[in-house]
Amino acid sequence: MTQVCTNRDQFMLGVKDCMPTVLGYLSVGFAAGVVEYTAGLNIFEILLLSLLVYAGAGQFVVAGLLIAGAPTFTIILTVFIINMRHFLLSAVLAPAFKNNTTWQNVGTGFLLTDETFGVAANQMARSGGKINYYWMQGLNITAYANWVLANLLGGILGKWITDPSTFGLDFALAGMFIGLLVLQISSQANLRTDIFVILASVIFTIGSTPYVPIGLNVMVGASLAAIVGMGVEKWRSIQPSSSSS
Amino acid sequence: MAIDSTIFLIIIGSMIVTALPRILPITILSQVDLPNWFMNWLKYIPLAILTAILVQEIVPLGEGETWNPAHLVGTVVAFIIGFWTKSLLWTVIAGMLTVVLMNFFL
Repeated sequence: MTQVCTNRDQFMLGVKDCMPTVLGYLSVGFAAGVVEYTAGLNIFEILLLSLLVYAGAGQFVVAGLLIAGAPTFTIILTVFIINMRHFLLSAVLAPAFKNNTTWQNVGTGFLLTDETFGVAANQMARSGGKINYYWMQGLNITAYANWVLANLLGGILGKWITDPSTFGLDFALAGMFIGLLVLQISSQANLRTDIFVILASVIFTIGSTPYVPIGLNVMVGASLAAIVGMGVEKWRSIQPSSSSS
Repeated sequence: MAIDSTIFLIIIGSMIVTALPRILPITILSQVDLPNWFMNWLKYIPLAILTAILVQEIVPLGEGETWNPAHLVGTVVAFIIGFWTKSLLWTVIAGMLTVVLMNFFL
């Protein structure tokens, strides 16, 4: 193992750790660009949307609701509900960024996505809860640049692409989340508690879907599943210890 | 080519409602000592939310969505390759290749 010290090295490590997500971002961003083009946005509007909103699901919603002719307020409210899950992601990473300035944290938070969160949470689990600021910058900026580029490509080539699923691109995002989930499971010691959390999350996410707006089900499902995790941990700690794991 | 004013309003509004939940916890919660029970709860959020997002991707929860057989097989293969290689990149590639092959032969 080589010792990594300088900020530049840390930044480049972040860039490197982002690479596995590039394929997923590229295909989803491309698809988003195509849909935005179809919704009637021009290339400047697509650029601005991907630069400022920078959220896959949120941008699909904007495009979809524009096509449906929804009013401005409805579109913004829907984007808010869809993107509220970032609140949880941001809270999880917060303890790792205690030593940064407020402006550094504002910048890090603005560029937080599901995928960079997955990579960062894995890094936290491996390094005992610490994340290097420059590593995070390398990760975030690579993901951001890739996303904006993918949106522009989709917007420009949109008129020629009819079916992105031909290349398996429609599965890139799911594949990436499977990989992030596997890494998360592998990085934790408590496999038995993990299995309860995963099962609870599946049940609560599906179960809450009819009762909350789509997008909020992820947040409700995950919040309840984490409570189940706490409960299982508590229950196991008061069990007479016949085995240790 | 110019930017339409309604579109501009939608983009700025969407940016604000997206950025706030991203920025507020990391800037505020990083400055305070969180209670133990809350840290304990946060500990399970990554696992829980990655699972929830994946469920949203695979299970047809939205209106008019149906199960995608190629995606189901892709999911199984991606999990196997994921646990075998512990590599994000190989997991994604294995899943996508499976879906391409499934679409080709089905």
